[in-house]
Amino acid sequence: MQSSTIDESQTVLNYSHDADSASGHHEHPDLRMFGVAVFLVAESMIFLGLFAAFLIYKAMIPEFPPEGTELELLLPGINTIILISSSFVMHKGQSLLKNGDDVKGLQIWFGLTALMGAIFLGGQVYEYTHLPFTLATNLFASCFYVLTGFHGLHVTFGLLLILAVLWRSRKTGHYSSEKHFGVEAAELYWHFVDVVWIILFGLVYLL
Amino acid sequence: MTLQVERPPSSQEPKPHTVPHQRKWTDYFTFCTDHKVIGIQYLVTSFMFSFIGGAMAEVMRTELATPNPDVVQPEFYNQLMTLHGTIMLFLWIIPAGAAFANYLIPLMIGAEDMAFPRLNAVAFWMIPPGGLLLIVSLLIDAPQAGWTSYPPLSLVSGQWGEELWILSILTLGTSSILGGLNFLVTIWKMRMPDMDVYSMPLFCWSMLATALLVLIGTPVLAAALILLSFDLLAGTSFFNPAGGGDPIVYQHMFWFYSHPAVYIMVLPFFGVISEVLPVHARKPIFGYRAIAYSSLAIAFLGLIVWAHHMFTSGTPGWLRMFFMATTMIIAVPTGIKIFGWCATLWGGKINLNTPMLFGIGFISSFLIGGLTGVMVASVPFDIHVHDTYFIVGHFHYVLFGGGILGLYSGVYHWFPKMSGRMYNETLGKIHFALTFIGINLTFLPMHPLGMQGMNRRVALYDPKFQFLNILCTIGAYITAVSVLPFVVNMVWSVFKGKPAGRNPWRALTMEWQTTSPPAIENFDEEPILWAGPYDYGIDTQMLDEDQSVDELLAQASAEVN
Repeated sequence: MQSSTIDESQTVLNYSHDADSASGHHEHPDLRMFGVAVFLVAESMIFLGLFAAFLIYKAMIPEFPPEGTELELLLPGINTIILISSSFVMHKGQSLLKNGDDVKGLQIWFGLTALMGAIFLGGQVYEYTHLPFTLATNLFASCFYVLTGFHGLHVTFGLLLILAVLWRSRKTGHYSSEKHFGVEAAELYWHFVDVVWIILFGLVYLL
Repeated sequence: MTLQVERPPSSQEPKPHTVPHQRKWTDYFTFCTDHKVIGIQYLVTSFMFSFIGGAMAEVMRTELATPNPDVVQPEFYNQLMTLHGTIMLFLWIIPAGAAFANYLIPLMIGAEDMAFPRLNAVAFWMIPPGGLLLIVSLLIDAPQAGWTSYPPLSLVSGQWGEELWILSILTLGTSSILGGLNFLVTIWKMRMPDMDVYSMPLFCWSMLATALLVLIGTPVLAAALILLSFDLLAGTSFFNPAGGGDPIVYQHMFWFYSHPAVYIMVLPFFGVISEVLPVHARKPIFGYRAIAYSSLAIAFLGLIVWAHHMFTSGTPGWLRMFFMATTMIIAVPTGIKIFGWCATLWGGKINLNTPMLFGIGFISSFLIGGLTGVMVASVPFDIHVHDTYFIVGHFHYVLFGGGILGLYSGVYHWFPKMSGRMYNETLGKIHFALTFIGINLTFLPMHPLGMQGMNRRVALYDPKFQFLNILCTIGAYITAVSVLPFVVNMVWSVFKGKPAGRNPWRALTMEWQTTSPPAIENFDEEPILWAGPYDYGIDTQMLDEDQSVDELLAQASAEVN
C-alpha cells in the first residue's frame, strides 16, 4: 500500500486549508512590495530612535533650542510644500502607467518629481550654508544637523531611485500596466521620506 | 474532493553521492544565492569566529586564575573582554541562528528558496568584513569600553578602536536586518499551498518572532551608534555630559535593542529545541499553539523591559517598578515553553542520542539562567549584584544554556540533512559530557562570587575570591577541550560518515522529505503535506478509507489508558 486516497475532511489531524493560502510560492506578485514595506518599517525605527533622543533632550533642557540656534521658517516651509506636493506629482505618474500604460506620462511626472526633490535638497544645502551655527555649537544644533542630514541622505537615495526608474523606463516595455514593481517601490519609498519629513519638520522647526 | 496521501519516504533512499545537482565545494566561497549554501556559510563562519572569541575567553580565564594582573596587561584584558563579548554575540550566536533559519525555513515550508535570494547572499557577505573590522582593530587600537560601549567611557578610551567597533556593529546590524526581512517575508508569503500558519513547524514561529525583534530593535541601535559616532568624530555631545549631553540616553537606546537582542539570540534555539525534542522522544509536541504564541509574547514583552539593565543608572522608582513587573512577566511565556518541552518528554520514547542530550542540557541550563533572571529582575537584588560576577554567571547560563547548547543540539540533529552523512555518536556524547561539565563548572561558581561582591570586567580582584575563580578557570579549560571531539567529529563525518539517507530520525517536518543533502531547488517533486510536523504516534500507514483520524486517536488513547 504505497498510497491511499482519503476524503479531505478526514485528512491527518485536519490541518486546515485556508482559501487564501491556496496560492503556491510561484505566484506572489506582491512579494517584493511586501519586502519593501517591511524594509521601511525597519527604516522608520531608525528615525524613531533619533526622534526619541531629540524629544528626551527637549524634555531635559529647559531652553531648547537655546539662544542663537533658532531656525528661520520661510525657506524650510517652502521646501516642505515642494516635497509634499512632489508625492502627488509622483502618484500621478504612477497611475498613468498603471491605468493607461502611459510610459511617456510616467517619465514626465517622475521627471518633475525628481526636479522637485532636487530643489528640496538644494534648499537644504542653501539653508545649511546660511545658518549662523555649526554641528557642534550645542545639543540642539547637533540634533538639527543630524536629523535633517540623515533625512537628506534618504531624499538623495529616493532621488537616485527615481532616476533609476527614469533610466530604465527608456527601454521599451520595461514598465507597463502589468509590470511596475520598480515604479511602485520608488513611489512607496518617496512617500515614506515625505511622511518622515512632516514629522521631522513638526519636531525640529515647529515644536 | 480527495487528497493523495503518501507514506513518508523511507530511509533507504538514493545514496548522497549519487544525488544529482549538488553544490561543489568552491560554491561555498562565492556569492551563491542558494539558501542552503548560505546557511552553511553562516554556520561555518560563525563557528570560526567562536573559536577566536573562545580563545580570548581562555586567556581571560587564565588571567583570572590569580588575583593579580600577571598574565596580560589590564588594558589588553579590557580589549579582550570587549572583543570576546562582541564576537560571541554578534558573530557567533546571532549568525548561528540565521544559519539555521537560512538552511531550514525554505525546506520546512516547502519552498524552493528564500523570498529574496540575492539579498540573502548580500546579508551573509556583510558578516566577514564586519568581523574582520573587529579582529583588525586588535592590531591598531582595539576598543576597550566593553561590548556595551557606554559613553562617556567609550568616548575617552581610544577613538579609532571605538570607531572600528561602531562600523563593525553597523555592518553586522545591517546584515541582521536584511536577513530578518527575508525570513519574515519568506515565512509569511512562501509557504506551500496546504500549509497554514498552524501547520508550520515551531522553528518557523520562533524565527517569525525573531525577525520582528530584529526589524524593530536593530535600527534603534544603529541610531544610537550613529550619534555615538558623531560624538567621537565630529565634536558633538549627544552623550557627553561635558557638552550638555546625557549618557543615559545612549543606555536607553542601546538596551532598547540589546535587551530584545537576548531573544534574537535565544528564540531561534527555542525553535530548534521544539523541533529536536518531539523527534527524539517520538511524541507530538505538547501545546503547539501555546509554544507558538509564547514566542510572540516573548518578542512583545522583550521590547518593553529594556530599562531593567539600568536600575542603578538613576532611573526613577516608579519606572523601575514598571520594568521590574514587565521583566518578571517574561518568565510566564518562557515557563510555558519549558513546561511544554518537559511535557513533550513525559512518557515519550526518549532516545538519548547527542541532539537529545544537548536538548535536555539546554532545558536544564536555560532554566538556571531564567531563574537567576527573575532574581535580577527584582530591583533590590539587582542593586546588590549589579556589575558583579552574578550577572556574568546569569547571562552565560542564558546564552550558553539557551543559545549554544541549543545550537549544538541543532547542529547534530540536522547534520545528516546538511551533509548526507551520520556523525559519530560516541564522539558526540563525549562532546556533550565535556561541554556540560565544563560550562557548569565555569559559570556556577560565578553566582556565589558575585553575591560576595566580585566585580566583573576587571583583571584584578581580592585574593579571597581565588578558590572559586580557579574552579571557573578549570571549567573554562574543560569547555575549551570539549571543542576538540566536536570539530574532529564534524570534519571526519562530513567525509567518512555513514550515509544517512533522507530521514534517519524518521522525522515528520518537511525538510526530511527531500534527499540529504537536498538538491539545488530542494524538492525533486512537489512536496506533500502528508501529516502535521508533530504527528508522532499516529500511524499514518494504517490510515485507510474506512478509518478517520478521530477514530484512530480514540483507539490510540484507549490503548494508552
